[in-house]
This record gives sequence, C-alpha cells and structure tokens, in this order.
Amino acid sequence: MALLDRGARSIFLWEVVKGLGLTFAYMFKPRATLNYPYEKGPLSPRFRGEHALRRYANGEERCIACKLCEAICPAQAITIEAEPRDDGSRRTTRYDIDMTKCIYCGFCQEACPVDAIVEGPNFEFATETREELFYDKDKLLANGERWEYEISRNIAADAPYR
Amino acid sequence: MPTLTIDGIQVTVEPGTTVLQACELAGKEIPRFCYHERLTIAGNCRMCLVEQEKAPKPIASCAMPAADNMVIKTDTPLVKKAREGVMEFLLINHPLDCPICDQGGECDLQDQSMGYGKGSSRYDENKRAVTDKYMGPLIETVMTRCIQCTRCIRFAQEVAGVPELGAIGRGEDMQITTYLEQAMTSELSGNVIDLCPVGALTSKPYAFTARAWELRKTESIDAMDAVGANIRVDVRGREVMRVLPRLNEDVNEEWLSDKSRFAYDGLRNRRLDRPYVRKNGKLQEASWAEAFAAIAAHVKGLQGSQIAAIAGDMACTESMTALKDLMGKLGSTNLDCRQDGAQIDPSNRAGYLFNSGIAGIDEADAILIVGSNPRREAALINARLRKRYLTGKVKIALIGADQPQLTYKYEYLGAGAATLKDIAEGKHAFAEVLKGAQKPMLILGQGAIARADGAAVLALAKQAADSLGLVKDGWNGFNMLHTAAARVGALDLGFVPGQGGKDVAGILAGAQSGEIKAVWLLGADEIDTSKLGSAFVIYQGSHGDAGAKRADVILPGAAYVEKDATWVNTEGRVQLGRRAAAPPGDAREDWSIIRAVSEPLGHKLPYDNLGMLRRRMLELAPHFSGVDKRSSAAWGGAFGTAGAVTDAPFASTVADFFLTNPIARASATMAECSALARGAAQPKTGTHD
Repeated sequence: MALLDRGARSIFLWEVVKGLGLTFAYMFKPRATLNYPYEKGPLSPRFRGEHALRRYANGEERCIACKLCEAICPAQAITIEAEPRDDGSRRTTRYDIDMTKCIYCGFCQEACPVDAIVEGPNFEFATETREELFYDKDKLLANGERWEYEISRNIAADAPYR
Repeated sequence: MPTLTIDGIQVTVEPGTTVLQACELAGKEIPRFCYHERLTIAGNCRMCLVEQEKAPKPIASCAMPAADNMVIKTDTPLVKKAREGVMEFLLINHPLDCPICDQGGECDLQDQSMGYGKGSSRYDENKRAVTDKYMGPLIETVMTRCIQCTRCIRFAQEVAGVPELGAIGRGEDMQITTYLEQAMTSELSGNVIDLCPVGALTSKPYAFTARAWELRKTESIDAMDAVGANIRVDVRGREVMRVLPRLNEDVNEEWLSDKSRFAYDGLRNRRLDRPYVRKNGKLQEASWAEAFAAIAAHVKGLQGSQIAAIAGDMACTESMTALKDLMGKLGSTNLDCRQDGAQIDPSNRAGYLFNSGIAGIDEADAILIVGSNPRREAALINARLRKRYLTGKVKIALIGADQPQLTYKYEYLGAGAATLKDIAEGKHAFAEVLKGAQKPMLILGQGAIARADGAAVLALAKQAADSLGLVKDGWNGFNMLHTAAARVGALDLGFVPGQGGKDVAGILAGAQSGEIKAVWLLGADEIDTSKLGSAFVIYQGSHGDAGAKRADVILPGAAYVEKDATWVNTEGRVQLGRRAAAPPGDAREDWSIIRAVSEPLGHKLPYDNLGMLRRRMLELAPHFSGVDKRSSAAWGGAFGTAGAVTDAPFASTVADFFLTNPIARASATMAECSALARGAAQPKTGTHD
C-alpha cells in the first residue's frame, strides 16, 4: 500500500501542488514588507535615533553644561566646553557629538537632568562624508527644533513608566 | 589619658581630644560639615551625632570632649536615624541644583547625603532663597546653597586674621556676608572655597569651566614664593584649570595663598611658544636651529669673562645646574641668581636658610622680624605666625620701614639698621626678650639685605644671633626669609659669582661698559633690562615679560608646572615638582634647551636625560637626594661683612603681593586683585576717623 501511495503522490506532483498552494495562500494575507522609503514602520517612543538638543518653549536652551552625558558616555563621543554666559548662567560654548563613535546606548538622555540631550526618532541621517557626522551644537539644536513635536510626544508617552 | 570604648574598640587619647577625633582614631568615620581640624569647634551642623551610653540623647561628637570610660556607639539604629534626620533638615533649604553647581562631584553634602541620607524628601513647601553676596574677584557666591556651617567665618577670623566675614540673622534667616559687600582683604581668601562643604563659595575664575571628574590631577610644588607650598594641579587637555593645595603639615598645612591658587590663568597668556631671533632690530619668529645658530655666532669666540648668566626667581634647579655647567665650560664665572641684589653669603648655608623651619614657628616664643613683610612675601608663613600668636605664647617685634598691617599684634621697634645694631649689642629692651626666650627666632627679610650695605646688615644679624643666643642645642633661631622660589636652590648649587666673577650689579655695569658682550637670562625679569647696554641678550623663559622684550634671542621654556623639576624652599626643603601639562608650541623643558645649545657652542654637556642631569646635580649639592626632607645646615663660621650701615629704613622687596613674577603679571585675575588691593586702601565707609 505504501508503494501505491508514494507512487500516486509522485505521479500527481503532490509536493509541487502543496508548495504552490502555500505560495498562492500568501497572496491573500497582509503584506509583511514595506515600500521604504515611501512607507515606514511604527517606532517605539523609546526608539533611540539621532541626537537632538532641546529648547524650552520660550526658546531658552535646556542644556546647562552639567557634563553628566559626557561623563556617562561609554564611547566618549561627547565633548563639552562651558563657561558663564553674559547673564551669569552656566551654558555650553561647545557641544559636540561624534556620531561615528556613538553606540546609541541612550545613556546620555538617561543622565540628562533637564531632558536636553535626547535621542529622537530620526534614523535617516546617513551622510556621504564622515565629517558630516561630527555634530556640533548648532546642528544638535537644529535637530531639536526640527523634531521637537515628536520628541516631546515620545517623552510624554514614556513618562508613566519612569 | 582618657580611655574610651568606641563600637567595642578601646582607644586611649590625649586629654582634650574630642569624641569625633577619638572615633577617627578608632577607625570610625563620622560625617561632619562644620567641624574642621584647623578651626575652632562650632558644633552647629549636628551631623556628627553619635550615641553615648547612659546619655539621654545623641551627642554632637565634635564638641564633646572624650572622657574616661565613655562608651560610644556610631553604628546603631539611633545614630542612623539621627543622621538621616539632620540630613533631611539640611536638605530642606538646599537647592537641587547639583548639575549646575561647581562643587558637584566633590561636594561633602552630595557625598554625605548619598552615604547617610534617606534618599527621598518629605518636604513640599517653598525653599528659602538668599541673595548672592559680592566677595571680590576670586570668590563666587551662591548663598542659597549655604548650610550655615560657618567654616568660612571661622577661617577668616582665625587663620586669615581678617574678621571680615560674618553672619547676620538667626536660624533659617542666617546669612553669611562681608557686611559691606567687598572683597576680603586677605591673601588667603581662596581657602574658604576649599573649606566650604557645599557650593556656596566657589572659585570665580574656575566657574563652570570644568568638572571635578574630568581633570587630570598632578601633585606638584608651587613656585610663586619661597615657601614651596605643596599643590595639586588640575589639568584638562593641556590647559591648567585650577591649582589646589595639598596637605603638608611642615610647609603649608592645607592652605594656599591666592597668588599661588589663582595666577594659573597667566599660564595661558603672553606665552613664548617658539624661538625668536632679533633681525634688523625686530624680534622675528625663528626655528630652533636658527636660534642656536644666532647664539653660536655671537657667543663662540668670546672670552669667558665676556659672558654672563643671571637666573630668575622661578628657575628650577635642573636648568640652573645645566646653565652653570655650560658657563663653566665657556670659562665664565659671571653667574648670579640674586636679581634683587641681596647680599647673601653663599658659602655659609646656615646663613641663608630659614633654619628653624616653617613648622618651627609653632614652637617659637620670641620672634623678631627684620626688613620683611611676611604677609606679602610669604603669606603662608604669616599664617603660621598668626597661628602661633593666637596661642599667646609668643612675643613678636618688627624692624622695618613702615608698620605693615600684619594679622597679629607686634611691637614696632624701629626703621633700620640702627635698631638692629642696638639689639645685637644688647642695648635694646627686646634683646632681653630674645635672650630670655627658650626658642627665639630672628626672621631676616630680603628688604634688609638687598641693599648696598646688605652684607653689613647680615653681619649684624649674625652678631645678634650669636650674642642673644638664638642658636642653641637643637634649635637654630636664625632665619632668612626668601621671596624667590629659585633662590635657595641656586645658592645650594653655587649659582653665584665664581673666582673673579661678577654679581648682578657687576654684570649690568659690565654690559653697559661693553665689557660683557653676552648675557644669558634664565627667566630673569626683575633686573633693570635697560642697563644691559649693547650686550647680546639670550632670554630663556616662559613669558614675554621684561627680559624677553630686551632679548636678542628668545628660547621658549616651560613654566613651573610644565616640567619635572626640583625646588628648594626657604627652609632648605628639597621638593619635586611634577609636570602637569605640556609646554605650549615649541617650548621645551629648560634644561633640555641648555643641553641642546651646548652642542653648537662646542661644549656638549654630558647628560642626555633628566636622570643623568640629576646625578650631576647631586654632585654639586649632595643633600638634594633627601627629597621632601629639610636638610639643615650646621651653624658656625662667619657670614656677612661687618661694616658701616646706613640709616636707610628696611623696606620690603615685595611691593605688590599679586604681581611678583611673570606668570602673575600675565594673569588677568591677579591684575584685578592688584587693582582692587591698591584701591582698597582709599574708600572709607564714613565711620572711620
């Protein structure tokens, strides 16, 4: 009987029919792939992408040059220099992140006491030259302005778990 | 001697010891804010509470004298609860601004709240806010952070001797203030920054520039005055960010003068960072090879007697050894280190040392200061004098041109040599005081000997030391107070005129008359450079000061924190300074420059590294091997030349405490302090007569 059964399966190409059945079944299932860059997948509010320096709503920069991010950074990617600003407050004169060193661990935003340095949702910042990845303070503040809506929404979404 | 039990450990302590000190002897750490070893006991922070058996409540260990059979417990739940309670009270009004506070990372309050605090606060009400006070260009105040430990007040009162800090208001409303919102008129004011356990008093020049954890710390020696204070140099990258004192009971205790602490910004300004050669009357940038060629062209072929060298006040012994050897090979004996023209006899070591030692002041019972203003010349020695004065066991007298405001009371005896002569001959009343004293001291300042009749004054001082019994078994009361860090080392090495050599005055006269054709200035800026005539001047140093202006060739050297160097302080203590930062640009360590020049001059010096140079140095001065030790000298022989003395009063050689050397003169902070100190004499509040 076993011989008959095996013979019938091979004569009617049963394995092929089974395989094609699976193939055609997927035509009726939802698609798993995305048409990147026209479509993008969902991101967690905790996603750690490109860095940004934020400002308060009144335009004052948040960073107070406490250098905790510089101290915690395991890749030593952050360089900060500070001095008193004209009004006597503590501010950075230089805030550089070497994005080629950064390992996106998120320790900097964890260390920041004023939520100034954050890793925003942007992951599309590939550059053509290495130099473009040496971010300075202007670039980071510009990032902050550009992504503020998403960043503040993400922080609010994650707040209950902190 | 009381014996007490601390956590089951028996300790026997000196009578008068506090429980806190006894706990430390037993190896138990007691947290504290207001208590400090060198200040009086205030007992107002309550952090040091411990449990004493049979006492109804915890005791403040800093203010409780240790008594026999006390049983102290430092690790019980009661002590833990008491500490948590005190910590919570202290933090009620302390702002949570650690991220922007310069004390962050090295803050007693931070550390102790981590160690002994509760970890959370139950306080919801508004915090206290206090207006910041102005305390001069050195001290930044954020008074909201103050926890009212009163260490700064006690320091100003007791150690600095300027009772200008105080507190107004009571309880929560207490505020530390200078009353008149003015700078402290003390040379030691910077120490309140170290004393402040929180960030209420911080350094103004250092403000916000660096964090404690990112600094590279190097232990070194200060070269701003002849005290040789032990310092710690904190460097970020290659920039010196701050200078802090290091504990050395025999020298500076744990204090540091403002000049030593704040002149570091002078290390960034006016630096000589490449060689220069004068061409067509103008100094032009050059390479090392060009500079060496220019030197060889002018110096080669000169006779030894036509060459001279003067060492400055901040020259290290290594560079002076190399220069002395080079001059020896060139056949020159025209060497001198005494820019101020002090008539010191280099042949008798006991004649130019602070023989009693700085720590010896703590034992002295009669002190005669001659021709010196120790407050300006050696602020830390002045603090020692005040410390001794406060015990009430010493009589202090002064001979000098004016009656300076020292921080202790003294008897003013006279202006000049006549008074000293009276004392030496036993005719003066104070001679009896010195004679009757167990440990008498005579402190001879440079003001008394840096003058034409200096040798005669020195002989008078020697006569006084002998006739009044200042030198006895185990005690040498003859002390010379130097003002230059390099001076004693140079005298020990013999950086003085050799056989037929000229001293500084002779070199300048020779240069003017054309007799001396080449002069090597090793950081010598205090001489009158206009008197160098047409001589070919080689200036080796770190800063573009007077000497560099006149120079024909400039060789850029390292400043005192930028080289491994040996220093000898006024008491003859040999100390090693370590290189904390790299010299800027092309500048090199000074001895290596001299070694490099020696080759084109045709007299290659026989050392290729610092070790070989130091071996040579030990040949010249064997006692340099005793690092950190005070190598005393035997009393005996004669020094000074007896002769006629003039009536001119003994004026201190230091006119402006803040501007005594090229580094301080290049410092903006020091310039500000100096301007303030000069102006501070004038404004009165209207309540003065």
